[in-house]
Amino acid sequence: MNDPPLGTRGVPKSLPLILARELASNLATPMFLMDAGGMLVFYNDAAALLLGKPFGELGEIPSGEFGAALEVTTTDGERIRRRDTPAGVAFFEHRPAHMTVMATAYNGVRRTYEATAYPLFGAEGEMHGVVSVFWQRGPAEHD
Amino acid sequence: MRARVWGCRGSVAAPGPDTVKYGGNTSCIEVRLASGQALVLDAGTGMRPLGVSMQEDLPVELHVMLTHLHLDHLQGLGFFRPLFAPGLDIHIWGPTSPVQHLSERIAMYLSPPLFPVRLEDVPSNITFHDAPEEPVTIGSATVRAAKVTHQGPTVGYRIEEAGDSLVYLPDHEPSLGADLATLPASWMSGHDLANGATVLFHDAQYRDHEYGAHVGWGHSSISDAMEFANKADVGELVLFHHDPYHTDDELDALLAEARRGWPGMEDRVRLASEGMVINLGAESAVEPR
Repeated sequence: MNDPPLGTRGVPKSLPLILARELASNLATPMFLMDAGGMLVFYNDAAALLLGKPFGELGEIPSGEFGAALEVTTTDGERIRRRDTPAGVAFFEHRPAHMTVMATAYNGVRRTYEATAYPLFGAEGEMHGVVSVFWQRGPAEHD
Repeated sequence: MRARVWGCRGSVAAPGPDTVKYGGNTSCIEVRLASGQALVLDAGTGMRPLGVSMQEDLPVELHVMLTHLHLDHLQGLGFFRPLFAPGLDIHIWGPTSPVQHLSERIAMYLSPPLFPVRLEDVPSNITFHDAPEEPVTIGSATVRAAKVTHQGPTVGYRIEEAGDSLVYLPDHEPSLGADLATLPASWMSGHDLANGATVLFHDAQYRDHEYGAHVGWGHSSISDAMEFANKADVGELVLFHHDPYHTDDELDALLAEARRGWPGMEDRVRLASEGMVINLGAESAVEPR
């Protein structure tokens, strides 16, 4: 499958994405939202702690750029290709996925997470995007 | 296009001496296009008198556009006389569902024991359509729908004709979990539909002090309706879906509250009332009842 098209930044969001964003905004669990075009369109304050950067500072960015900014590895330290991360599987294969991962934030802090991602399908089966949720396991490590 | 309000009450019909000025019938607006077609926005109890009025002058084409299937938006359908006109073509549009076809969902109401006549037995020719999320042409107008925040699958409609646009969002809670003042427009439910509308009919069920006890019920406070309309830069806001417990006097107070709170919008906001007619043409004009 080809990489997702770019250029969905700032476009009106569909209702499932709007509702997912409101849910994320009101949770203390890190949550990321990608739209159907592969743009990272939102993450909540809890996810900002995970990343080390607030969403307002980063803004909407293509998921490819975001993948480069957040280094995700297996618990053994092996780098995971973007399309093999839970979000990548949900996006490219249209199915839910779960994995234990290590993520390194902008500030170099490394944490272990249980990561779950699932696609958002509308009433007619159309794809609206992907929700990714990260649950931290254990303490943070520093480079 | 010409819009006439036949019902603007929310939740349940509220007839009586306290609701004479604004009316007690539930949601129903008739929109007549320049090309002769009639669009009926929702099938609340206001649809019954509309049907009486329409039977003497049936439109060349009749489209019923349902925002959702709560009873206050559907109850008038069974009492709409054109439904019983043999051979009349009627198009009914409504929100999609992954579970049941629109006709099956409507038939849950239009069938015994809730209603004596089965939908499949009415003599008019009904065609059911999913609410169009891509623009469709109906006569001289284009119509499109979008899903919006309410309880259950719900859409709003935008009708455009000759450069004017009427947007109908009777049941809408765009502020659910969000602060409309700071929310980017692209993340605001209904904004894309309402943006730049000539006239916006919008949910304004609650006074601000009432909204706190009704968060998540799918309706807007006056302030949220005003904020939404302001952000969408609409030409005129018509407050709609009046709470059944609000008397005429309370609605007058509500309008005064809205105008006080939004200086600069005083002349662009009014309350919907039964019989209100809005002509959208070179210059929009509201006719007295």
